[in-house]
Amino acid sequence: MTWSEMQPLLNQGLVDTVYMVGWSTLIAALGGLPLGVLLVLTDRGGMLRNTVVNKVVGAIVNVGRSLPFIILLVALIPFTKLLVGTFIGPTAAIVPLAIGAIPFFARLVETAIREVDHGLVEAVQSMGGGTRTTVFKVLLPQALPSLVAGLTTTVIVLLGYSAMAGAVGGGGLGDLALTYGYQRFETGLMLATVGVLIVLVTLVQLIGDLAVRLLTRQERKAG
Amino acid sequence: MCVSATRCRALDSDGQPVITTTDLTKVYRSRDREVTALDGVNLHVEQGEVYGVIGRSGAGKSSLIRCVNLLERPTSGTVSVAGQDLTALVTGTGARPPAALRRARAGIGMIFQHFNLLSSRDVQKNVELPLEILGHSGRERERKALELLDLVGLADKARAHPAQLSGGQKQRVGIARALAGDPKVLLSDEATSALDPETTRSVLQLLRDLNRQLGLTVLLITHEMDVVKTVCDSAALMREGRVVESGTVQRLLATPGSELAAELFPVGGTPTEAGTTVVDITFHGEAAGRPVVSHLARAYDIDVSILGAAMDTVGDRQIGRMRIELPGGREENALPLAHLREQGLTVELPGRGGDLTKEAAK
Repeated sequence: MTWSEMQPLLNQGLVDTVYMVGWSTLIAALGGLPLGVLLVLTDRGGMLRNTVVNKVVGAIVNVGRSLPFIILLVALIPFTKLLVGTFIGPTAAIVPLAIGAIPFFARLVETAIREVDHGLVEAVQSMGGGTRTTVFKVLLPQALPSLVAGLTTTVIVLLGYSAMAGAVGGGGLGDLALTYGYQRFETGLMLATVGVLIVLVTLVQLIGDLAVRLLTRQERKAG
Repeated sequence: MCVSATRCRALDSDGQPVITTTDLTKVYRSRDREVTALDGVNLHVEQGEVYGVIGRSGAGKSSLIRCVNLLERPTSGTVSVAGQDLTALVTGTGARPPAALRRARAGIGMIFQHFNLLSSRDVQKNVELPLEILGHSGRERERKALELLDLVGLADKARAHPAQLSGGQKQRVGIARALAGDPKVLLSDEATSALDPETTRSVLQLLRDLNRQLGLTVLLITHEMDVVKTVCDSAALMREGRVVESGTVQRLLATPGSELAAELFPVGGTPTEAGTTVVDITFHGEAAGRPVVSHLARAYDIDVSILGAAMDTVGDRQIGRMRIELPGGREENALPLAHLREQGLTVELPGRGGDLTKEAAK
């Protein structure tokens, strides 16, 4: 296979990957953030302590995280079909990707928020702040650098997961490497695909690290 | 020195109590153990005074100050601040503070040992936080924040981030933030314990100034006797969850056998020979200026040895303490001792703890 033959395939793969990972990251962030916050708030010593809610949410998150992604992908086929009308193609792949990443990101959010100094929570409570104030003015802003770092990790994990989306005809770079490179012995294409993936992962990590650095620049200054 | 009656600290307990705790008890229960942190604490903090609660770690002072604004829920007893019974505002067992309690808390400022400033905000935004909670407009918040930063001497640091400040500056920001809601009461939780002695002094001076200028009532907890000595009008000593001694510093110093007085003002010195009488004298008020010892020696024709002595300022008043040695036993010295008491001095005979020491100079 020549480079000119590979290029359109790689382009399409990249577009599909970015499409799948982009949307599923967005959904995972929107879903995982409140779940992670809820896990902290409802825990013992939290502001909304509620053992039942905490245990149920914790259990759901743990189940979600322990399922191998490929199993989740297949198990969710009926749900995906219901939601997007089909279970084949990049759009359909977004559903399992997002659902797989929500519990993953939720745990990272939980950890990030737990790291916020409890003294700050006490301070805002002593000013008469309620739960909402505490979450939006203290917990989330203070945890922001860790949250961004967690999101970066989530994007990278999703890039890995998206390779498996090929199993449901999701397309993308991973699928390309698998079907052309591995099954049709197009070693050149496989290497090119892997190369693009490496560049992509590196780029995501660099951007994530840069964002974290910008966010903590002032906090660390002169320290 | 006092400008108006309200700004003067109440030397007796007939002033307006701003913070009152009644039979306050706090028990921490874990699975198989109960720890009583507060065991029936009755505290009365008067309007406009600086009140220090001192004790070792584990004595319950931290639980006490947290119970005052109900960051800790007392197990039993009541807390009232500025005439409002805060314990009545809390109903049920939920962890969420009800709106009425949140409003009451907004009128009680609090500063902390580790400052608890938000690193995600600059200094000005940190001071604005309580105003955001109170729902003030952006322009008003800015005006008030800058005014408060000016008051604590940090007008030029509005745009700095907490990480760029020194410990003393951070605590000043903490103080500005605590004052944003125009509180009548400021709670200070070991606010100077993380600071070096010099910074401690300047922060205490600031608290003192605010107490005077704004008529702010300050309740502080500390484990450093120096803090009590520098700024407090009244003090309480806590041990094992109880207040074992309390009162105005002046009165404590005039109370023979007071542990707080002895710690506030330690005098050392051991007798040079057996068969002598060792006497601790505390001078305060105008007696501090009189030539007591030479007068005593002349009047009774005895040799007075000074074993230890110190003069200091406690709560803005000159206080002196001296340990002297008189020849002869206690009985032989009945007249000189009576003479000293007549002079308005507090006279104690250390190490004997007898009934005689209970007698205080009026």
